[in-house]
Amino acid sequence: MREFPEAIRIKLGIYVEIFIEWLREDFSGFFDAIKSGILWFLMNVQDILLFIPWWLIIVGVVLLATKVRNVKSGVFYGFLIFLIGAFGLWEMMILTLAVVLTSVVISLLVGIPIGIVMAYSDRLEVIIKPLLDAMQTMPSFVYLIPAIMFFDLGTVPAVFATTIYSVPPVIRLTNLAIRRVPKEVLEAAKSFGSSPMQTLVKVELPQAMPTIMAGINQTTMMAMAMVVISSMIGAKGLGINVLTAINRIDIAMGFEAGVSIVILAIIIDRITQSAADKFKYPE
Amino acid sequence: MSIKLKAKNITKIFGKKPKKIIKKLDEGLSKDEILKETNHTVGVNNVSLEVKEGETFVIMGLSGSGKSTLIRCFNLLHEPTKGELYVDGENIVKYDKKKLREFRQKKMAMVFQHFGLFNHRSVLENVEYGLEIKKIDKNKRQDIAKETIKTVGLKGWENQMLHQLSGGMQQRVGLARALANDPDILLMDEPFSALDPLIRREMQLELIDLQAKLKKTIIFITHDVNEAFKLGDRVAVMKDGEVVQVGTPDDILSKPATKYIEDFVQDIDRSKVFQAKHIMNKPRDVAFIKNGLKVAVKEMKADGRSSIFVVDGNRIVKGIVTIDEAIEGIKENKTIKEVIDNDFNKANPEDYIQDLIYKAVKSKYPIAVTNEEGKLIGTILRSTVLSALA
Repeated sequence: MREFPEAIRIKLGIYVEIFIEWLREDFSGFFDAIKSGILWFLMNVQDILLFIPWWLIIVGVVLLATKVRNVKSGVFYGFLIFLIGAFGLWEMMILTLAVVLTSVVISLLVGIPIGIVMAYSDRLEVIIKPLLDAMQTMPSFVYLIPAIMFFDLGTVPAVFATTIYSVPPVIRLTNLAIRRVPKEVLEAAKSFGSSPMQTLVKVELPQAMPTIMAGINQTTMMAMAMVVISSMIGAKGLGINVLTAINRIDIAMGFEAGVSIVILAIIIDRITQSAADKFKYPE
Repeated sequence: MSIKLKAKNITKIFGKKPKKIIKKLDEGLSKDEILKETNHTVGVNNVSLEVKEGETFVIMGLSGSGKSTLIRCFNLLHEPTKGELYVDGENIVKYDKKKLREFRQKKMAMVFQHFGLFNHRSVLENVEYGLEIKKIDKNKRQDIAKETIKTVGLKGWENQMLHQLSGGMQQRVGLARALANDPDILLMDEPFSALDPLIRREMQLELIDLQAKLKKTIIFITHDVNEAFKLGDRVAVMKDGEVVQVGTPDDILSKPATKYIEDFVQDIDRSKVFQAKHIMNKPRDVAFIKNGLKVAVKEMKADGRSSIFVVDGNRIVKGIVTIDEAIEGIKENKTIKEVIDNDFNKANPEDYIQDLIYKAVKSKYPIAVTNEEGKLIGTILRSTVLSALA
């Protein structure tokens, strides 16, 4: 009696598979529409980034970092980006950036409204919160499975998987930020006869902005963390180089690509974080 | 004066099913019993009152007495569980959402205990807010906002962010934001409680001055008896969600309705509530320098007084003469300037009696009440100061 009885078997996996099959077949039009939408956006981002001369991008990074931090950081980040180019990985970096940017934009477009709705309804919060917990604790590889099922291989499922993985922080923090707007401030807005929309746009969102910005920073970092994993299902960019290097046990290639990803992550983190800090209102 | 706001049987119960609890209240269960039995909190219990146009109506009570809940019922931030609320004769509880918004935009504005300001906006943008909601165009609303900022004494601070302002100044912004809307009724929920005592006193006086000019209907909440009696034309005392007594400060001081109010007002320090202007006499009897000593003596004799203040043509006080010195002076053929005494005490009309006690005790003359320019606007006899304390 030490072993679990064989007679007891719940075949949950089968039902999930049937469900996914059903979705795939009956909603193929829906998924095709999403696919072409994501692809269109991604391609545009990619084309624009590739169209800009490399030195202009470096200048842009220097100026941006100077504005949100200081000249020293600006010059340093510019040098780091230059280093990626010097590794011969410039185009790969741009492709990675395009996937990350697209995922982040979709995450924000989906996440901020969900966060707002969640803040308004206690019932929805109770439902969505455990979902977000599950999404964040789930190993990120798992997202690759439905992504492939719905969108086959390629960049689009990579964006899809990255979006699902990176959307929870912005939903969570938008919800939290709007709930934390002081009661008196809300009462003040109402007492002047603001409509619900005016209250949201003129008071709640601006008050919540610093925290939402922190959420955007976290979402971006989560998206960066998916770079290597999502390249397993066909995302182009630096992740591919890391994967190839692992397969071939090519230390040199792996190191350069790895360092480039770290550099990109650091720069994006510092710049978005400093931008978020600018939104903070001193007490 | 006409009735501006009339509350009729306002009851507010917090909890899951407040409507069902009303019955229990009618059956005579107490607030505590209802809380224990049903887990519902009775915030306001069957309050009826009337606020007259242009008066400052103070609602006073300790924390938990339901005063903040009541004031939030007045602009329906809390919807009353039961009862009617008439403003200018219309029952606002019946308003739909759109009408309620219009009502809030036009007739009422609120000032909050912790200011309730928008810290993502500058001083000017805060004050503009109500006008922005009314969709008044930008230039016009900025003009109005700037004018209002001037009224509350914050000129020059328009473009600062809030964290650069002290607590007192922030509450001025709160007041300006409410006034910019030009509401008929100003709701003030313990507006000065979060300020330190010195600033609080200053703000109280400024509110009195402002009210003299604006003549709004003010409903003011406070837990401070001294503040209530200083500001209020009429005062309502609340306890456990009910109004226990409504009356002028004098009424409540002289005829407290219950033992509770008696205890409550015992703490009050009359010398901190009454000001020089409340107890001074109008200066019927003054001597003008140009008229000379003989006229001064005549005035004193006519009034049966032993001294008289001497003023110049602009009614600026120059000194005081006693009847003895005046008669002596006439004998020796002195002018009025040679016999007047400068050793008298002056007071401002806003000085509190507590500040006059020392002056009254130290000097042998009455106290001269003068305005900023030094004009004599009243006199206070020493005995009046001391009897006002009783």
